Amino acid sequence: MNFPILSSLILLPIVGALFLFFTKDKEGNNLTAKYVALFTTVVNFLISIYLWISFDQSTSSFQFVEDRVWIEGFINYKVGVDGISILFIILTTFITPICIISVNNSVKNRLRDFLIAILIMESFMIGVFCALDLVVFYLFFEAGLIPMFLIIGIWGGARRVYSAFKFFLYTLLGSVLMLVAIISIYWITGTTDVVQLYEIGIDVKYQNLLWLAFFSSFAVKTPMWPVHTWLPDAHVEAPTAGSVLLAAILLKMAGYGFIRFSLGLFPIASEVFTPLIYTLSVIAIIFTSLIALMQEDMKKLIAYSSVAHMGFVTLGIFTLQQQGIEGSIIQMISHGLVSAALFLTVGVVYDRMHSRLISTYGGLVSVIPKYSILFMLFALASLGLPGTSGFIGEFLILMGAFKDNFLVAVIASIGVILGAAYMLWLYKRVVFGKLINEDLKKILDLNRSEYFILSCLAAPILFFGFYPDPLINTIEVSVTDLINMHDSNIASK
Amino acid sequence: MENLNLVLPEIFISLSIMFLLVLGVFKKDSSKITFILSLFAILITAIITINETFSVSRETLFNESVVIDSLSSLMKIITLVGGFLVLVISSSYLKTFKMYNIEYPILILSSILGMMVMISSNDLIVFYMGLELQSLALYVLATYNRDQLKSSEAGLKYFVLSALSSGLLLYGCSLVYGFSGSTNFDIISNQLNSNEYVLTFGIVFILVGLAFKISAVPFHMWAPDVYEGSPTTVTLFFTMVPKIAALTVFIRFLYVPFLNLIDQWQMIIVFLSIASMIFGAVAAIGQTNIKRLIAYSSISHIGYTLAGLATVSNEGIQSSIIYISIYVVMNLALFCCLLMLRRKDQYYEDISDLSGLSKNHPMLSLCLLVILFSLAGIPPLAGFFAKFYVFIAVLEQSMYFLAIVGLLSTVVAAFYYLRIIKIIYFDKEKDKYDTDHSLWLKFSLTVSTILILLYFIFPSQLIEVVSRINII
Repeated sequence: MNFPILSSLILLPIVGALFLFFTKDKEGNNLTAKYVALFTTVVNFLISIYLWISFDQSTSSFQFVEDRVWIEGFINYKVGVDGISILFIILTTFITPICIISVNNSVKNRLRDFLIAILIMESFMIGVFCALDLVVFYLFFEAGLIPMFLIIGIWGGARRVYSAFKFFLYTLLGSVLMLVAIISIYWITGTTDVVQLYEIGIDVKYQNLLWLAFFSSFAVKTPMWPVHTWLPDAHVEAPTAGSVLLAAILLKMAGYGFIRFSLGLFPIASEVFTPLIYTLSVIAIIFTSLIALMQEDMKKLIAYSSVAHMGFVTLGIFTLQQQGIEGSIIQMISHGLVSAALFLTVGVVYDRMHSRLISTYGGLVSVIPKYSILFMLFALASLGLPGTSGFIGEFLILMGAFKDNFLVAVIASIGVILGAAYMLWLYKRVVFGKLINEDLKKILDLNRSEYFILSCLAAPILFFGFYPDPLINTIEVSVTDLINMHDSNIASK
Repeated sequence: MENLNLVLPEIFISLSIMFLLVLGVFKKDSSKITFILSLFAILITAIITINETFSVSRETLFNESVVIDSLSSLMKIITLVGGFLVLVISSSYLKTFKMYNIEYPILILSSILGMMVMISSNDLIVFYMGLELQSLALYVLATYNRDQLKSSEAGLKYFVLSALSSGLLLYGCSLVYGFSGSTNFDIISNQLNSNEYVLTFGIVFILVGLAFKISAVPFHMWAPDVYEGSPTTVTLFFTMVPKIAALTVFIRFLYVPFLNLIDQWQMIIVFLSIASMIFGAVAAIGQTNIKRLIAYSSISHIGYTLAGLATVSNEGIQSSIIYISIYVVMNLALFCCLLMLRRKDQYYEDISDLSGLSKNHPMLSLCLLVILFSLAGIPPLAGFFAKFYVFIAVLEQSMYFLAIVGLLSTVVAAFYYLRIIKIIYFDKEKDKYDTDHSLWLKFSLTVSTILILLYFIFPSQLIEVVSRINII
């Protein structure tokens, strides 16, 4: 047996958290704790990069598989990665250290506990992306609620309690049906091992109900219209690092779940429910973009834009076309980077001015130029300008959509225009215009660490915008295989 | 000659009770020594139980009126462990209220004896005798803080309602006897297969009586008041130990004498289960007193246990037993936390007293966090697995409605557990509580919290033990 690299990815943050737990908590800026957390996550990032390098791109079968008996004769602890999940793991390990560097100003009290929560969160999220057993997946998927609930509730803004409850109960409500479905799958097929389930398939007569049960969970988590309302609340009230984690990684769990489970396990039901997904996605794209236009709170605006972007993702996944699915995955990675960056840029001015209202700002370009340039880059990436990673994703999704359904693609394209509208208008109101607010004159430009983390995010956004091949190569075989499996399932029916 | 070794635990514990009574009468200031000796008595009984009966697959004694099988020995051990832990962590609480007397351990011992008789009973009369023995001890325990109005009220309420339910039960037993001509469970099982209405009445009366003992909705009314009024350590005893015994009897009744009448009782159990899950979850939302809240939460947990029983399968019974075992651990941990809310000889039991606990007592709050999320059934904590096993068994029988209602009520229940967590972690802090707790209290809390937290690493062990129980 090889070195259990995936388990060590999952366990390392927990070890770091335990270490922090037994160090003494200091008041104020607890540098030791921060360095420990940073060290752990950076090591984790390096391990995941090593994982990517040693990953074999020419096969779609799962690699680095670990399979251990967990509950005798019932559930195995099984983890492994394929081309799809590996990218999400790297996204997770990449975003977490950035979160940890960014906590400088936003978290004033109980820094150590905050870092512990983030580390535990990271471990659960990696677990979600490499679980190859439905029960193990569910375990990680649900366990993530606990640290996130605390992050929002303890370190959040004024309405944090309401938001934390809403977040928790909404997602829990969605997930319990998935649990029923998972247990039912066990009784129908006799296993919860995803790889085996791919091979044996699930009887057609059960697929629709099971698909709906999974859908109820993923739709809340994505979030899709009309169950998206927890997201703006959670985003607005969470501290910056929490928002970043939420937007960049937590939302991707559902998109990943759609690809891995809904498409993989229930191919026929996926076909049946495609119109439903299309409708909800298109509504999400248009409707939430319009809502985003009207927002006065920057974080809320970005939160709604996340819903719209995730609408593109679900649309792309259920085109069931090579381009569509690849586009969705790239869009998720890109959105992970871009939304993280946008929340951080908002966090930067919020830390200085303690206001998230757009009307507080205006004319920032004349006082903090560095900030304005980076903000512009991220805003453009968010609206999908060619040359940024956002473009690749949206373009591929629309290509897939045009192949499958012309009308849906046209409406979604309108969403792209709306996306440009709200992002540019936000940028205009915050950065351009006259500097009216007197307090803004004393505002400081990015400090070293902020500059560093924003550049860290800007680099991959630009790199993958010009050269998406590393991403596409990684996912290509897996996606092709998924589509082939899907088609053969449909054909055999 | 009967093999008396099999009932050695019961014999030993009865002898200990008598010895301790005599000791208490003739020796002055003997409360401490009685406490210690009764702890040893329980411990030795547990050891005897493990030695003598654990490997026995099924034996009957005394004209088949007592049965020793893997179910009875496992449940006896859980009962004894529960009783031991209650006794061990109650001493400082009792001292505070000047209730540190010889009667307390002796009453606990005699109720445990009653429960052991109940658990092993294979006969209506033996069962009733055990039931009354444990109930009488429990009535006195409920009023143990006799200077307090609430405690007396709790005892009286418990006595009146419990006597009523015992009456119903007895009437049901007499009807069943009338139809089968025997009080022995095995014989009843062979005799009963008719669809007589009056027999259905008998079954319903017995089930009502049992449902009362485990406080399943709609026979739960006594629980919140009794739990709130009784001294905290007695409440702890109430929420754990009698439920184990009552659950065993429930299993025994359903699957031995009434096995051929599944059609007639299955719907009743499903109803009790669903009603308890929903009611327990909804009614707990408005509570302000922690003990009342625990009462409602225990009602909803009983609902999940009953869901396992409703499945009519060995897996279902096993999952119920796993559920109750995990529940006992969680409950113990929760009460340890409750007993730590002490400031200058005053115990606090309002939810608002927990406000901002995490600032002053980070470790205690962390334990509470783990316990509450576990009670809410969030993975990867033990409480999740308890529910998971139950729902596996329920879904195996394709009882989708029960499973979905049960899981949706966990979401409602999650709300009030979250509310406590919110008060602990998000609200403003109050004064510090005392931290000089007894070693046993700290030890029990730590061990039970670690068990809850790390259960997911070794989930197979518990299943292995429980999987020996095959009733059907």
